[in-house]
Amino acid sequence: MLRAEGVAKRFGATMALDGLDLEIAPGEFFALLGGSGSGKTTLLRLIAGFETPDAGRLLLEGRDLVPLPPHARPVTMMFQSYALFPHLTVSDNVAYGLRRAGVPREERRRRVAEALALVRLEGFGHRRPHQLSGGQRQRVALARSLVVRPRLLLLDEPLGALDASLREATGFELRALQRATGAAFVMVTHDQAEAMALADRIGVLERGRLVQVGPPMEVYERPATRFVAGFLGGANLLSGVVRPDGGVDCAEVGCVLRAAVPVTAHPAGAAVTLALRPERIRMQAEGAQPPEETNAARGTVAEVAFRGELSTALVRFDGGATLRVSCPSAEGAPERGAQVTLTWPAEALTVLAD
Amino acid sequence: MRDPAPSLPVPRRLAPRRLAILLPAWAWLALFVAAPALVLLGIALGHYDTGVPPFQPPFGPGGAWQGTFANFATIATDPFYRDSFLRSLLVAFVTASLCLLIGYPMALAIARAPEARRTPLLLAVLLPFWTGFLIRVGAWIGLLRDEGWLNGVLRVLGVIEAPLPLLYSGLAMYVGMVHAYLPFAVLPLYATLARRDPALEEAAADLGARPAVVFLTVTLPLSAPGVAAAFLLVFIPAAGEFVIPDLLGPPEAQLVGRVLWGEFFQNRDWPLAAALAVVLLVVLILPIRLFQRLEAEQR
Repeated sequence: MLRAEGVAKRFGATMALDGLDLEIAPGEFFALLGGSGSGKTTLLRLIAGFETPDAGRLLLEGRDLVPLPPHARPVTMMFQSYALFPHLTVSDNVAYGLRRAGVPREERRRRVAEALALVRLEGFGHRRPHQLSGGQRQRVALARSLVVRPRLLLLDEPLGALDASLREATGFELRALQRATGAAFVMVTHDQAEAMALADRIGVLERGRLVQVGPPMEVYERPATRFVAGFLGGANLLSGVVRPDGGVDCAEVGCVLRAAVPVTAHPAGAAVTLALRPERIRMQAEGAQPPEETNAARGTVAEVAFRGELSTALVRFDGGATLRVSCPSAEGAPERGAQVTLTWPAEALTVLAD
Repeated sequence: MRDPAPSLPVPRRLAPRRLAILLPAWAWLALFVAAPALVLLGIALGHYDTGVPPFQPPFGPGGAWQGTFANFATIATDPFYRDSFLRSLLVAFVTASLCLLIGYPMALAIARAPEARRTPLLLAVLLPFWTGFLIRVGAWIGLLRDEGWLNGVLRVLGVIEAPLPLLYSGLAMYVGMVHAYLPFAVLPLYATLARRDPALEEAAADLGARPAVVFLTVTLPLSAPGVAAAFLLVFIPAAGEFVIPDLLGPPEAQLVGRVLWGEFFQNRDWPLAAALAVVLLVVLILPIRLFQRLEAEQR
């Protein structure tokens, strides 16, 4: 329903967006993931109409959005600061968009009540924003955006201002609301866990370009570039040299890496980087019989960090590499200094484009 | 009732350092505000007398009361004084309203200008202060009088044959007043508008509000404290102004400042002049208190 074609935007000397192409499907929950300065908020502001692109087109259901001022676009935005009107009550905040659209009083009252019920804020209508908690304000902002029944809702770091304890629950609510309303949601976030938990598809932005777009599982399991691999879940990056048989000599770890698909895109002798997820590695104490796996390497446990459900160990190799390994805490974490054997399946290795 | 801020602990006794900082300010206020106000009230309650000084103090030898409230009664009943008060309040009200109408767009434009351009624009607002006040009023006389620049240009262009009676009119008075007091309106308005959250205006536009509606429903209501401050900062000094109405205004515009001046320097009726000053002070304190009340309620 939304199509961005070669969208570019420059602020002074910095290129915020550099020829970006993107297509959002109706009713989709899309997450734009990127660090600060990646251009993710700029893209949102371009779609909402607060900025004008230097080049490219933005089409909503085939209609060019660029010449339309913000108030004429059938798109609403939920601001990171929520931007609730401090001088209006919760009801008047939610009713603001309906009033502008000329919805008659009776229908307005009914739809405000519906929207407040949707975000479970019945009975809060007469309050002012400053009398609400952060989570309640977030829900008022959602209600205010959704009550006008936008075809596309833009969310700028919707969970960013909430306490960690509220985030998960609010994330589930957001997902449920999106399904209930059927609107397409485009969310901007720097939190990869948030993006993966909520979105149908993720687009990873790096310096104004989309480096990878796909379902969370695919982007997580098969990162396209070094940046994506590092940004999502902190994958281990292994560099090596391609062998004629399709394996990769990795001196850092001291073994031959074998991916599920032999490395044939690169000629023998070329340097490549592979990504390996910490949770795909199995760790066995010295002496125990390691499972039969394509890849195995021996190292020393340098650090162990307990993280509740999982523990993270840093395993150092004589070749100089240090790998992060996640293992269930219930299985018993190894001691610091213990000699261990690491094994991982061939499918766990992904060859990166750069 | 204003409730005290609960988060701030109120010390029982002032710390010596705080006292040392506040003492000069209090001494200044006592010496140059409170004491003269008491002297003024004393003169206002005294009898007119021919002598030096030209009045009898309200308390005679031994503290015996010999004062009078007749001066206040005169002000309340004599239409000459009463009307001068009402006229002054009207002139102050119109001046403050005009300053708001002209100053608000200026302040908003400065607040919306790129950061680097705001300071030069604010300096431009303050530029008139670099010339003496009387010189600026004199310049308006030069522009507006019958043989002045404006009439001269219009005559040369053939728009008019006889000079327009511009000077010594209500128009000239308001031009001078607005010119003198405009910066007092722009600065508090700018201070409020510069702090506004642009995301609120964007949110309003995003929800379908046209620019004019955004202004009326978001920008303007949120700047209400600045509007009130700007209005009072112009209204209060304008109510006592007598130089501009005297030099530019129509002869029949007897404002309270002008009347006060006349009683004091021409009639040498110090008690009546003092009573006028006291009433003016009381009349102007009322809106200030009202404003403080409103501000406290908003917090």
